[in-house]
Amino acid sequence: MDPVFVRDSFLQLLSGVPLTLELTAFAFVIGLVLAVLIALMQVSGLRVLRMPASAYVFVIRGTPLLVQIFLIYYGLGQFRPTLQSLGLWQFFREAYWCGILALSLNSAAYGSEVLRGALLSVSRREIEAAKACGMSGLLLYRRIILPLALRQALPAYGNELILMVKATSLVSIITMMEVTGVAARLISETYRPVEVFIAAGTIYLIINFLLTRAVSMLDWWLTPHLRGLPTTDKTEQAK
Amino acid sequence: MTEKATMQPVISLRNLRKSFGALEVLKGISLDAHKGDVIAILGSSGSGKSTMLRCINMLEIPTAGDVVVGGETVKLKKQGHGLAIADRRQIDGIRSRAAMVFQSFNLWSHMTILENLIEAPIHVQRRPRAECIAEAMALLEKVGIADKRDAYPSHLSGGQQQRAAIARALAMHPDVMLFDEPTSALDPERVGEVLAVMRSLADEGRTMLLVTHEIAFARDVATRVIFLHEGVIEEDGPADEVFRNPKSERFRRFISNTQHG
Repeated sequence: MDPVFVRDSFLQLLSGVPLTLELTAFAFVIGLVLAVLIALMQVSGLRVLRMPASAYVFVIRGTPLLVQIFLIYYGLGQFRPTLQSLGLWQFFREAYWCGILALSLNSAAYGSEVLRGALLSVSRREIEAAKACGMSGLLLYRRIILPLALRQALPAYGNELILMVKATSLVSIITMMEVTGVAARLISETYRPVEVFIAAGTIYLIINFLLTRAVSMLDWWLTPHLRGLPTTDKTEQAK
Repeated sequence: MTEKATMQPVISLRNLRKSFGALEVLKGISLDAHKGDVIAILGSSGSGKSTMLRCINMLEIPTAGDVVVGGETVKLKKQGHGLAIADRRQIDGIRSRAAMVFQSFNLWSHMTILENLIEAPIHVQRRPRAECIAEAMALLEKVGIADKRDAYPSHLSGGQQQRAAIARALAMHPDVMLFDEPTSALDPERVGEVLAVMRSLADEGRTMLLVTHEIAFARDVATRVIFLHEGVIEEDGPADEVFRNPKSERFRRFISNTQHG
């Protein structure tokens, strides 16, 4: 193994970082919005909403992401005339959008399960107190249920974010030049997979280290109520 | 205001019934609460007293009967074997005028004490933020926890949390306050501080309905006492009278048991 070549590869692979981050950000945000909707459908108690949401989660979680990417990118090509007539071909012809779509749909399924658990964990008592104050519907969700559920979900959802960073590597298969895509090109040019993949792995490790830290900081900032008692309060309560 | 309007009950229950499945918990309760009444609702556990209170603000939907709050009859519609809320907005309005204090405080854990107090006035009643904050501070002062404005509920003792919950209820400018066993979850040494706050509210002439096990407090503070047994009102009268001269044998036994217990 050649350390100098690892370093050179590392520097070359950095050119793929913006795309990796972009795919992650898009898929994560779209996935989060969908995940909230799917989770709300699941806990709505209405069969017509719950059934399609459960079916969606079942299918997406039960099939490999790679298969989903292939189906969207190559499979939808078969329906080109239909998609053209719908004006959607512009979208599905781009590997970029197909990749983002596949990643978003995947993230939505996993994320919705995290959120569903968090929604169910919100204290019945706090919801009841809000109702007794005259809150209902959207207001109740916006001010009480979702803030409590999202705080509860945050650590597990941070995990989902990290999985998403790693999952972006799969779209290199459909020509995307993100970190792994650039790595594959380098390898085909140099035939030195060990050095290149070590460099690529290092880049993912750094990205995920930074994201993990960011998520714990966000978690810390959002949950002052779960932190230990300040010492001044303790002495006062002991009185 | 005309004489008749001032005499209109703040809360009126008419032949209220509530079943959970086959179990009938309330078997026809009728009750009028007038302005300034402090009504203590006593009864052993399972007598239906909390259910009755929770039917007033529709946290439980009655199976039959009418609930009238401030002259407004709660609109209910038939659904399946029971009733359901017919007008969401009416219920929200009634709930903000009949504030409830819960046994386990039920403060919103992600908000500071001050935020708990201003939440509903700002977002439900749409009052100006600055006004709500000023008023909330005065209320915290009144219940003796002004120094806790920026603390979170989990950082407070049970007694402090319950006083905050009472202040949260007061911040809504309620016409009537519903207390659902407000001291039952407290350590014995914390009960007094909450009762003191409630006593001061009664002295101000606030209309209060209070489900409680604190017989002594009911005797001292309540203007009227109701004793529920198996879903019916067994005893109903002015506080000093029912304790001195109970008409129902069950109530007689209830007070002698609890007083020596």
